[in-house]
Order: sequence, then structure tokens, then C-alpha cells
Amino acid sequence: MSKDERGRATRRGEPYLDEPEAKPFWAACREHKLTAQRCSSCKKIFGFPPQAFCPHCLAREHEWVTLSGKGTVYSQIAYHRSWHPAYQDKIPYNVSLVDLQEGGRLVTNVIGCAPEEVIIGMPVEVVFEDFPDYTLPKFRPVK
Amino acid sequence: MANISGKYCIVGIGETAVGKRPDATTNSLHLEAIKACLDDAAIKNSQVDGLLTNQPLNDSHRSYAVKLAHMAGIDPLFATDLALGGATPIAMVQLAVMAIDVGMATTIVCVHARKRSTADPTPGHPIRRGDEHWEEPWGHFAAAGGHAFAASRHMYEFGTKSEDLAEIAISTRKHASLNKNATMRKPITLEDHQNSRMIVAPLRLLDCSLESDGGGAVLVTSAERARDFPKKPVAILGMGQHHPHFSLLDAPTLTTLGGKKSSEMAYKMSGLGPKDMNFAQIYDCFTITSLITLEDYGFCKKGEGKDFVKNGRITIGGQLPLNTHGGLLSQAHLEGQLHITEAVKQLRRNEVEPERQVANAQMGIVSGHGGSLAMHATLILGAI
Repeated sequence: MSKDERGRATRRGEPYLDEPEAKPFWAACREHKLTAQRCSSCKKIFGFPPQAFCPHCLAREHEWVTLSGKGTVYSQIAYHRSWHPAYQDKIPYNVSLVDLQEGGRLVTNVIGCAPEEVIIGMPVEVVFEDFPDYTLPKFRPVK
Repeated sequence: MANISGKYCIVGIGETAVGKRPDATTNSLHLEAIKACLDDAAIKNSQVDGLLTNQPLNDSHRSYAVKLAHMAGIDPLFATDLALGGATPIAMVQLAVMAIDVGMATTIVCVHARKRSTADPTPGHPIRRGDEHWEEPWGHFAAAGGHAFAASRHMYEFGTKSEDLAEIAISTRKHASLNKNATMRKPITLEDHQNSRMIVAPLRLLDCSLESDGGGAVLVTSAERARDFPKKPVAILGMGQHHPHFSLLDAPTLTTLGGKKSSEMAYKMSGLGPKDMNFAQIYDCFTITSLITLEDYGFCKKGEGKDFVKNGRITIGGQLPLNTHGGLLSQAHLEGQLHITEAVKQLRRNEVEPERQVANAQMGIVSGHGGSLAMHATLILGAI
């Protein structure tokens, strides 16, 4: 692993597409669908990151379901300092915790407005940003 | 449940010089802290039979405690690494108490050092935080970000302002200015805080702790054996832990953290409450961490931290002196190891600069906090 000038791990900017539990999530994002695991037993959404057993009732059986893509901002921040070369020209940029309507939360970006316009409690909806090797779910204010 | 309150003591402490230690390594800082601690307790390494440590950040690998014990000439009957981030130094003391209580060891050194200010050329692999691959693709990289989420939410729910967080930074810096072994000793004002650059809004540079080199250690033994040591023993009166989530993705709330249940357990064990505490050494990786913990520990109601920290209440001479050494914000960030050693020094008396001594220090509370605001541990200590 490469290190920075203080001997710390170089930060990673990309998702692990091959993480076995998360593979279906990243494949669905590629098709612009936001999906999550729903427990076949207690019917609750697992949340993220995906995992093999239900975090609510510990049942194993689940299905991948497509979510509405609607959510609410639980908290929001603005990075004014870059910890990764890819973000040097993006500061200040928003990062938000978005609670999804059906359950589960993502660390994500609210885009399509200035960072200071992102407000806790505001309704947002998913948009997908395509990169050469993967697609990220991000969110925009509901008009 | 057998109550261990008062049955175990801290009988030795060690602190290295902190700040920039370019000639030191992660390993040498650990050994320096152990030596200072055993010298303070006036015992030989051959008389120590247990060692607990944290996984070193720059070189995580199996059984660092066992390696370190043998590097220090200790033949441990009990040794393990803990990995609770900034809650680890307190968790080590708690595990030492448990190990001694069941008879697996008698005299355990708990040590942690960090090499984060200057480069450590020793080969090794940095430790992972875990789940960063569900954060970093969206540009969330730093502990400052996680704590900014909590600050942002606290401001939304309770009307807390950046100027309120500044009170903690200013008071802590004042304490550091009185501490010869502190990195940042120049007093700061509200204006300095408000003019300091934004790191992750709403947190500014002066809301953030330092990156430090240094180490600290404490020696734990039974109250019975403690009488044989030269320094005044400090009793362990209460302890607790709570880890209410792991990452930001599964946190039920970011405005009440593990400190609530952890302190409730420690208060119950000790038979004491917030009003009995003469000082508080509260983990301060960011100003918001201390504000939330003061509320969770019952020093004020939830949401009232912003008023509690005003008017000199948390400064030495006030009702509840907070981080009398200068904390992670201004002394050094060694994951709270020095919050424990400072509490011991305050309770021993006459071991800190006179202007830093809390008058009539009889009891104090110490907190540890780690990960994505996830892990928490509490210790209540008392003079004997």
C-alpha cells in the first residue's frame, strides 16, 4: 500500500466493485437503479454496506429490491480541504448523509445546488453519475 | 455482579515529550513510555506480568502487545492488543482490572504511542478504519468529516453555534499554555477561532486536534499491592463502555453517543454522579466531541452544552475544569492516553504546574471516544 508524506495510507477514491456482498448493488447502479437488500423474514431493508445476514433479525434469506430513490438529508457538511488529488479542484463540495425512504442510509453528495443550499431535513432524489468503470448514486433536491 | 470499585489502582504513569519527535519511531515511543511509567512506579520490568496496548496505527499486525512486552523485557502472563480507536487507552485500564480481578496477572502496564506528526520510516502497514470504501468514493475521507456531520446535526437540533464550540478550543488552549509538555501554547481568542480556516464546514481548523508524536503508559495493580508503591495510588472507582454504532451508515443518532450509557454504568459502579466530579478529562478529537460528551455525561441537559461551556465554567478555577492538560486540541493527540495520566497527576496533587492544579481534586471522570463517533469508554478515578 502506498503512503503519504506522514506515512499514512493513501486514500482510496473508488468503490470496491468486487466485494461479494456488494456486487449486485454496484451492478444495479450501472443500470441507474438504486437497490438494497430486503429481509425475507422481517421485511426490513438491511441498510449499507450490504451483508450476508439481516442486521435486524439475523435471517439469511433476502432479495434485492429497487428503491424509490427518495430520501431525506440527515446531516450535511462541506469539505473545504482536499484529502485526495481528485478533489483538489472540487472544494468546497457537499457530502451528505441521506436517509432513504424505505430504510438504509448512504454517505453521498447532494449535487445540483451550492453546498450552502443543502439543508438538513430537505427531501432529495437519486441521480446517477457514470464513471468509466463504475456508477455512483448521488442526490439532488426534489424540485 | 461483583463491584470492583476501589479495589484496583493506578500506581505508575509515564509520559514522553510530545509534539515533533523526528528521531523517534512508533516502537521507541512505546518503550520510552513504558520506561517512564516503570521508573515512576519504581519497579523493574521483571516485576510486571501483563501488558496491554493499542494496535499501532503505522504498523498494524498480530500481537503487538506480545512483541512489545518482550522488547521491554516483560514476560507476560496476560497480553493483548485492543482496537477501539480513541476509546482504547481507557479500555486497556478496564481490561487490566478484569484480568487482575480473575487472577490472571497482578501488575499490568497499559501503553499507547503514536507517530503522526513526523514520518515513521519503520516498514509496516497502516491500519484501516473499516468501511471507508463506502465513504471515500463520495469524497468523505477524514475524521473531521464524520465529526462535522455531528456538529452540523447538533447545530440543527439545538441551535449550537461555531462560537459555542470556540469556548472549548479557547479554554483548552489556555490550559495548554500552562503545560510545559504541550505542543500549542499560545493563547487564542474567539476572533482567532472564527478567523481560522474552514476544514470541513462547520468545523474550523481550531476545532480540530493535533497530529502528534508521543506516548503514555499507566501501571495497574490491586489496591492491596498499591500500598507498596512509592507514589500516592489513584483508585479506579467506575468504568463503562458503549458502542452504539460502527459507521455513519448505521448510527441511530449523531447527537447522543456512547457516552450516555457508558457513563451511566460508571456512575452506578462508583455510586457517584456528575456533581461529585472535580474535573473532567473528556476526549476532544474535535470540539464537538467534548460538547456532546459533557451532555451525555449528565453535566447538563442534552442541547444545553452550548451554555454550559460558557463563562469560565470549564476553565481551571471554574466549576468543572475540562482537559486541564490541553487535551488533544492543544497538548497532543495520543488517542486520550494522556487524559488518563493527567487525571492521575491531578489526583496525586503537586505533579503539575501549580497554576494548572485543580483545587481539592478528589474525583475526576475520563472519557475515550473512537472510530466514526462509534466507540466510547469511561473511567472514574479518585484520590485515596
